Amino acid sequence: MKLTAEESAMTDGRDGPAVAAAMDLLLRYGRALGAERLVETDNVVASISATTPFMRGYAQRGGGMDAVFSEFSLDSDAVLPIPPARAFTMHTQLGFDPAQAARMGVDEETVRFYRQGEAWTAGLGVQASNTCTPYLLGNLPVRGEHCAWMESSAVIYCNSVLGARTNTEGRESVGAAMLTRRIPYWGYHLDANRRGSHHVQVQAAAETTADWGLLGYWIGDRVQERVPVVEGFGRRPDLARLKHFGAAASSSGGLEMYHLVGITPEAPSAEAAFGGQAARERLVYGERERREAYERLNATASERRVDYVMLGCPHYSIEQVWHAAQLLQGRKVHADCALWIFTPRAIKALADQNGYTATIEAAGGVLMSDSCSAMSRAAPKGTRVVALDSAKQAHYLPAILGLQAWFGSTADCIDAACSGRWSGGLR
Amino acid sequence: MSGGRTLVLRGRCVVPGRAEGPALVTRMHISGWGGIDSRTGTIVETRHELRGISFAGKVLVFPGAKGSSGWSNAFHLTRSLGVAPAALLFNEMTTKIALGAVVTRAPAMTDFDRDPLDCIASGDWVSVDAERGIVEIRKPPSAAGDESP
Repeated sequence: MKLTAEESAMTDGRDGPAVAAAMDLLLRYGRALGAERLVETDNVVASISATTPFMRGYAQRGGGMDAVFSEFSLDSDAVLPIPPARAFTMHTQLGFDPAQAARMGVDEETVRFYRQGEAWTAGLGVQASNTCTPYLLGNLPVRGEHCAWMESSAVIYCNSVLGARTNTEGRESVGAAMLTRRIPYWGYHLDANRRGSHHVQVQAAAETTADWGLLGYWIGDRVQERVPVVEGFGRRPDLARLKHFGAAASSSGGLEMYHLVGITPEAPSAEAAFGGQAARERLVYGERERREAYERLNATASERRVDYVMLGCPHYSIEQVWHAAQLLQGRKVHADCALWIFTPRAIKALADQNGYTATIEAAGGVLMSDSCSAMSRAAPKGTRVVALDSAKQAHYLPAILGLQAWFGSTADCIDAACSGRWSGGLR
Repeated sequence: MSGGRTLVLRGRCVVPGRAEGPALVTRMHISGWGGIDSRTGTIVETRHELRGISFAGKVLVFPGAKGSSGWSNAFHLTRSLGVAPAALLFNEMTTKIALGAVVTRAPAMTDFDRDPLDCIASGDWVSVDAERGIVEIRKPPSAAGDESP
């Protein structure tokens, strides 16, 4: 790979052994990809925390968080002193909500160790944002900005809705990017790879947030890791719809980018989105395809009695928390059911201030942060059947926790929480 | 292995190194986080054809990676816990698989002259020399003649 003078100096140890190890990893990774060079980035979304007993044990063998970062963020056998972040870095979601650890079945020692780690991480200059939705907390890279983000639902939002540029990075590559401000110049950093490959004509409903989840889940399955150009949807989708659409598409397929003609920044027209290439395939999303997506998402569910309702995947915006609080106003969650709603910690502070948390709690629900059931592998004790308004969570939870999962609208889910029964359906 | 047949594939080095072991082949993409159990090196994805099967010490032959950005970390942990695959042979290059292969530190190759999914069957004995770009496949005697020459 071709290196600049600055990159060569970092590789040769000018800035210490951790920066040199970070460059070594980026070069091994870049060569594996076949990248010709690195690109500068000042926008990183990373996972650094130690929230499992395994990670805690690793740290406590000596070396603490320096050892955890050296091994799991830099792929270095030696324990290195970790310097502050050089790039602006936000932390992704965690393995549990530290404020609700007991409810999630996490022991106190794990929480105590996590809190030490959080202080260590903040000391490096990393934002304790702890969310899969950094864009909800004001991390809005401008069009064309090179980023190094983890979290597939954030990556697809960054590329598609914001027009910024990132590949799906992993824990080690973002650790290295944070210390060097570099990432391989490959994949979605290059114009040629951002052009459309598949044309999708929408002929069924794409109105509600649930509709956009179904559409995304179907497209991801059909297009896999290519770039769809989508036309024919009705009303202009809002942030919640696009957040759900991308999360669904990146779960059923490996989608990292899409174009919505007339909406997303690199698709003023279908021709512009394809960039002069011909579509390699033309797909039609009609009533049959919409039903197919719905049935796939509900394939694991047979029992109507619901023990648990989880909302907030990807993490809810303040607008979605407000809507959920309105739907719960004056109602009670059923005695045999639990309701957990996840949002970033900073948005929970706003919800506390606005009184939404009190409304949700008065109904018997819990507003939680930092995590979700898939990340934490946690659900209320004895849960067998869960109801979800997220296609992504419905995709993962049956495999991760062995649960039956119902997928539907937010209103269907809140009705299930209050009645203890699933009465949703394809509408 | 007397009576078996030997095939040679050539491809591009992703992670240098040499390894050998029995092949584990799938035509399905593999998820890292949520798709494997890093403690046992076992595929756990609900609808995967290899569900319940361990890749520890095996030469894993598959089309590519899919799913969460936790792919590299899930495979990194298999190395920490001693249940990593011996080598990785795949067709589709992505950031997930490139980084995952690098941190698993298993010899890895891609861009083959023939599709490894057509040439290798589970249980074949496979030797990988990634730096030289060579994969040697020894078919067990019982399977000899299963493929056209």
